[in-house]
Amino acid sequence: IAAMMASSYNAKEEDGHHSSGSSHGGAGAVKSKKPDNTAFKQQRLPAWQPILTAGTVLPAFFVIGLIFIPIGIGLYVTSNNIKEFEIDYTGAEVSSPCFNCAKNFSWNSTTSCNCSVPFTLEQPFESNVFMYYGLSNFYQNHRRYVKSRDDSQLNGDRSSLKNPSKECEPYRTSDGLPIAPCGAIANSLFNDTLELYYIHSNGSSTAIPLVKKGIAWWTDKHVKFRNPGGSNNNLTAAFQGTTKPVNWRKPVYELDPSDSDNNGFINEDFIVWMRTAALPTFRKLYRIIQKKPNMTPTLPSGKYLLEVTYNYPVHSFDGRKRMILSTISWMGGKNPFLGIAYITVGSVCFFLGVVLLIIHHKYDNRNNSADIPN
Amino acid sequence: MLRRRLNRLLGGDERRVDSRTIYVGHRPCPATEAFIPPKFCDNRIVSSKYTVWNFLPKNLFEQFRRIANFYFLIIFLVQVIVDTPTSPVTSGLPLFFVITVTAIKQGYEDWLRHKADNEVNKYLVTVLENGQKIRTESEKIKVGDVVEVKEDETFPCDLILLQSSRDDDTCFVTTASLDGESNHKTHYTVPDTEKDLESLNATIECEQPQPDLYKFVGRMHIYKKDQEPAVRSLGPENLLLKGATLKNTQKICGVAVYTGMETKMALNYQGKSQKRSAVEKSINAFLLVYLCILVSKALVCTTLKYVWQSEPGQDEPWYNQKTQREKDTNLYLKMFTDFLSFMVLFNFIIPVSMYVTVEMQKFLGSFFITWDKDFFDPEIQEGALVNTSDLNEELGQVEYVFTDKTGTLTQNNMEFIECCIDGFQYKYRDAGSELDGFCVTDGPVSKLQQKAGREKEELFLRALCLCHTVQVKESPGPGQGQADGLMDQVDGLGLGGEVLRPEEQRGFIASSPDEVALVKGAMRYGFTFLGLESKNMKILNRNNDVEMYELLHVLNFDPVRRRMSVIVRSKSGDTLLFCKGADSSIFPRVRPEEVDRIRMHVERNATEGYRTLCVAYKQLSAEEYAQADAGLREARLALQDREEKLMAVYNQVETGMSLIGATAVEDRLQEEAAETMEALQGAGMKVWVLTGDKMETAKSTCYACRLFQRNTELLELTVRTLEDGGRKREERLHELLLDYHKKAVQDAPPVKAGVTRSWSTANQDYGFIIDGATLSMVLNSSHDSNSSRYKSLFLQICQNCTAVLCCRMAPLQKAQIVKMVKNSKGGPITLSIGDGANDVSMILEAHVGIGIKGKEGRQAVRNSDYAIPKLKHLKKLLLAHGHLYYVRIAHLVQYFFYKNLCFILPQFLYQFFCGYSQQPLYDAAYLTMYNICFTSMPILAYSLLEQHICIEVLLDNATLYREIAKNAMLRWRPFFYWTVLGVFHGLLFFFGVRYLFSNPALQDNGQVFGNWSYGTIVFTVLVFTVTLKLALDTRHWTWINHFVIWGSLAFYVFFSFFWGGIIWPFLRQQRLYFVFANMLSSVSAWLVIILLILLSLLPDILLVVFRKPRGPNARQKPVESSMGGPQSPRSSARPLLMRTFSDESNTVI
Repeated sequence: IAAMMASSYNAKEEDGHHSSGSSHGGAGAVKSKKPDNTAFKQQRLPAWQPILTAGTVLPAFFVIGLIFIPIGIGLYVTSNNIKEFEIDYTGAEVSSPCFNCAKNFSWNSTTSCNCSVPFTLEQPFESNVFMYYGLSNFYQNHRRYVKSRDDSQLNGDRSSLKNPSKECEPYRTSDGLPIAPCGAIANSLFNDTLELYYIHSNGSSTAIPLVKKGIAWWTDKHVKFRNPGGSNNNLTAAFQGTTKPVNWRKPVYELDPSDSDNNGFINEDFIVWMRTAALPTFRKLYRIIQKKPNMTPTLPSGKYLLEVTYNYPVHSFDGRKRMILSTISWMGGKNPFLGIAYITVGSVCFFLGVVLLIIHHKYDNRNNSADIPN
Repeated sequence: MLRRRLNRLLGGDERRVDSRTIYVGHRPCPATEAFIPPKFCDNRIVSSKYTVWNFLPKNLFEQFRRIANFYFLIIFLVQVIVDTPTSPVTSGLPLFFVITVTAIKQGYEDWLRHKADNEVNKYLVTVLENGQKIRTESEKIKVGDVVEVKEDETFPCDLILLQSSRDDDTCFVTTASLDGESNHKTHYTVPDTEKDLESLNATIECEQPQPDLYKFVGRMHIYKKDQEPAVRSLGPENLLLKGATLKNTQKICGVAVYTGMETKMALNYQGKSQKRSAVEKSINAFLLVYLCILVSKALVCTTLKYVWQSEPGQDEPWYNQKTQREKDTNLYLKMFTDFLSFMVLFNFIIPVSMYVTVEMQKFLGSFFITWDKDFFDPEIQEGALVNTSDLNEELGQVEYVFTDKTGTLTQNNMEFIECCIDGFQYKYRDAGSELDGFCVTDGPVSKLQQKAGREKEELFLRALCLCHTVQVKESPGPGQGQADGLMDQVDGLGLGGEVLRPEEQRGFIASSPDEVALVKGAMRYGFTFLGLESKNMKILNRNNDVEMYELLHVLNFDPVRRRMSVIVRSKSGDTLLFCKGADSSIFPRVRPEEVDRIRMHVERNATEGYRTLCVAYKQLSAEEYAQADAGLREARLALQDREEKLMAVYNQVETGMSLIGATAVEDRLQEEAAETMEALQGAGMKVWVLTGDKMETAKSTCYACRLFQRNTELLELTVRTLEDGGRKREERLHELLLDYHKKAVQDAPPVKAGVTRSWSTANQDYGFIIDGATLSMVLNSSHDSNSSRYKSLFLQICQNCTAVLCCRMAPLQKAQIVKMVKNSKGGPITLSIGDGANDVSMILEAHVGIGIKGKEGRQAVRNSDYAIPKLKHLKKLLLAHGHLYYVRIAHLVQYFFYKNLCFILPQFLYQFFCGYSQQPLYDAAYLTMYNICFTSMPILAYSLLEQHICIEVLLDNATLYREIAKNAMLRWRPFFYWTVLGVFHGLLFFFGVRYLFSNPALQDNGQVFGNWSYGTIVFTVLVFTVTLKLALDTRHWTWINHFVIWGSLAFYVFFSFFWGGIIWPFLRQQRLYFVFANMLSSVSAWLVIILLILLSLLPDILLVVFRKPRGPNARQKPVESSMGGPQSPRSSARPLLMRTFSDESNTVI
């Protein structure tokens, strides 16, 4: 910015001849009401007086243009190189493999409904592949929903565990017992299970290993969310006297019985869900497919099968469920917006610079010629 | 009798009879059937507003009458009652702070008023009661009390003079603090009252109190034993007004007729009302606009919410059930509370903090006026005083300046400058420079370095010594000299460095300060007036001989004749008539061949602003004198048409004189008065002089101040011009008004209001003169239809004149004029400046009242908004301080609305994406801190320190003041610009981040961001953009600006880290935990932040490019060429501080 401004430094000197006499006189025996002759009080603080002129702004336009356009191109290319595959498995259409599961959904059913969605990857996915689930028309940012949680309960506070915050209403207690974790967010935890199978050309399928760690913010996992009872491994005991959220099939201490570091409140799927999305259409990180040590792509092109354990109803609010596979670059997931925006702004600046230069040049000439007869 | 008493108690109307009866000394009078002590108000002056008891309710009521305070109160209550997205503390705390601070400030101010009132009310006075002198407090004086006042005391209430210690039953008073006339006025005792006041048995019947200082009608019935009651008429010459000071009289006794709030002074005093600046009115207008925006936003959201909810599955999806209470609530009630919730969510658009900041800016900003050392006057050892900080910016908006004359424009200190004897000019330079202290500076070329004959000189000086009504005040001891105000005034300000000889320490008392100056002038040249002793005037001449002249007649001065004469008889037996007067009245009465030589001098002196008088004399033969003497005696005794008869004799006697010379007396202007007036006019202000003084005096002051110039055509509308035509006044007035209107308004080419005479030299300049009597005819015309017509004619004429002079004004009339202009079309901003109590009402009436810390007491200063030691300080106060304050506060206001618009707009837009659920976009901490911490300091520093043009340039180029005239920066256009800018920024912030979040996986580890990250990114862009926008507007970067601007941004970053870095135990939700840090770890977030900030500032940078041609130099050019007149060398030599557009471009391209 400094380069954009023509500056002239104007250090106003205090007029010394005035000050010396008065200020010393004032300090003397007679207390004079004469105002102090300080630069501040006399509004004479030395000041830098920048003036934005066409002359300084014009090069700035060119500089912005020259910087932004390459950045934008870089961003655009990067975004385009990211591979992304998205498949809707809501089962809203009759043709959809999950149609039956969606149609016959009931909260009370004890058996889970499974459906398999086949899909084909045209291009191989290199490097780590991130598997997201996406929901549409799901208002995680609704105020009533956003505030319906108790962070101190989730932080392992024992008194909040037994006496959840009022914000959790109407998911605060169930049958007289406090709900852990309480609130609408926790209650609506996404509980579809997604599994991915690679269909070999011979028809056999191999399960693709899905890593369920590293999907939540590190600070959330290690600081913000804590199980009650500290490092005590017996979660069942720690959660005694509480009940599971009404829509859950199993209590919180059974979210991942196989891994005590991913169970209870510090279950990463749970933590990811608890970070409420900004918009009604959102995606959340579900699993990570680690790249293979050898040179083979993480997900070679070919046929795949998505095995869904269909537990999560979205039909009632016209929602959609998606599974997204994406690679990631340094700028995150695929999003051409930034690249386009940078290119546009850079071009506009450059263009403006050119236009202004022409206008300015003409104006300047006219100005000079007008000055002469004066 | 009972009924009468009842009437008195009950009927307000009954008491509104036209007269009141006063029993002198409360003694019952034989003639009245019963003595009923009438009830009048006591002598207490009340200017305070509150008492201890009503302070809290009254003050709160007044504060909540302000639209903003009321609005915040409502918002606060809504937050308390309804379940809203933000806590009541966010708006309650600032509101409480504002209310408390204002209440404390107002309470303190009222306490000061109480103190001032008490000072007046508890002042000890002497009351005569049953022959005894009783010292009592001033407030206890009742109507009918006989009060004794000593020399140099002010009268505690309006008194009828009964007794004076002077032999001739007169007393002298000075009414300087009432009407600005500092000369001594003579008042008379009621004739035939007995010397013994105890036995005086009398009633006074007089009119009910009215504010006109110069009118009083009454009757006094004196009852003597065994005699018919005598009736004496009472006039203004018998009435001593509260506030006037007794002079040159040891003591007087008088009976109180009007007391307390009914005295003429109090009636001329107007209550101090809360003044609101134009900026505040603009703020209120903008506030209404934003209120409309707010309400419509809330309405839109509420409507859309219910439209949205009506779709199946949206209102209550399975994952987001309502609580039981929500389900039970009535639909309409729910709609209403939803509406209120939206209001609360968006209420930040009208921030309380703006009021806090504006108040702080005004309060702190006003210190710069008090601190300014240019306002420091070494003479009184004081600087400027700020009584109210509410009007700082109004100083930059003044269109009309109403100034008092005496003590404001002039020092009210006449000084003899030069004289012209027989066509030779004598200028007093230095007593020692030449023989006799005379020095011939110039004269007719042919007679260069010549002097008039000695005889002529002496004749002239004798004339000066004799032709006056000056009295010599008995010289007190030398030590006491300082105590004598008048003497002090005359001598102390004589020629600098002159050592006063003891005999010069002589006090002169005269009804006109000019006469004193003339006598003093003669004294310098060796002729000293020693005094009047039993009709003999004694003069000490150059040879230190005493000459005696018998004073035969004084032909008094009157404003119609405009001259006065004396007839004296010298020792040698010659009868001489000396006459002095205005040139126009003398020249026709002398031999024409003498005139030409002197006229040149007189005219030159007049244009220099001196008050000129011509002196003529005539030797009367014995017959002539006998005839004149007889005529005068006869006329004096005439009972009918005495005035006219006297006039006739005067005119007859004062003919065929020979002109001996002319004098020039300077009513010394205040330092730099003319320069100041010129600067004000250059700045587009119209200057009106409102004075209680005589027209001639005031006119010459106007010339001296260059308000009137040589080519200015004067339009006069005074009693004299009205009587010229010999027709009815009313008709003549009508005719003149139409005539002047035609001249000044219709024939004048349509000139824009802002253009000064310097540009319109080709046009005729007009100056308008009106006096009090005529003004009241214009304003209170008998025909109602005419009245408004006259008024508008009058206003139109005045507005087309470069300067207007109103003389012979009563204090209330001054206020009337101010009010009339104030309420005229366009509501121009008025400023009144004065130094005496007579200016108080106009100071209070004008938008801005300036008091001068003059010699006439402190009333003006107390009632003013700003007080400055000298008139010359007005220039800097308006042109520099006023201009800067206006620019600062205008920017402050616009910026505040802007920054809150782009703060709240994303939050509004977010409602479309969160199901209209009142979900805040930003965290509560950000919502609260935004206006308090993150963006408040830079704008406060800006609004205190900004100098978009530096002070020197502002002072040198008065025309710069016009660029901000008529509230230029707070009109709808700039407001619209700022609003559009705010909307643009808001849209950009929100949708920029919205498109970024179309894929919320923004980190290189694939993790996603939630809604709080969304809000934080928007908020970060917002804080940076808003602060950098201010940085772009800042033209004066002191270290403080650097500190607060970069400091605020650093603080924001630091705070965000800190706030997100800890699990706060007192928070219910850890919404922002590590959100900010995570945001910074995302490259995309960085990129979008930079992009959005840059894109937001682009329009401003573009505008700068297009706007630039009006650089400071470009602005200076027309000014310098237009100034035309003598340029101060400083301005041209001063190095230019800024580079121009063309300079700059040449270097780059």
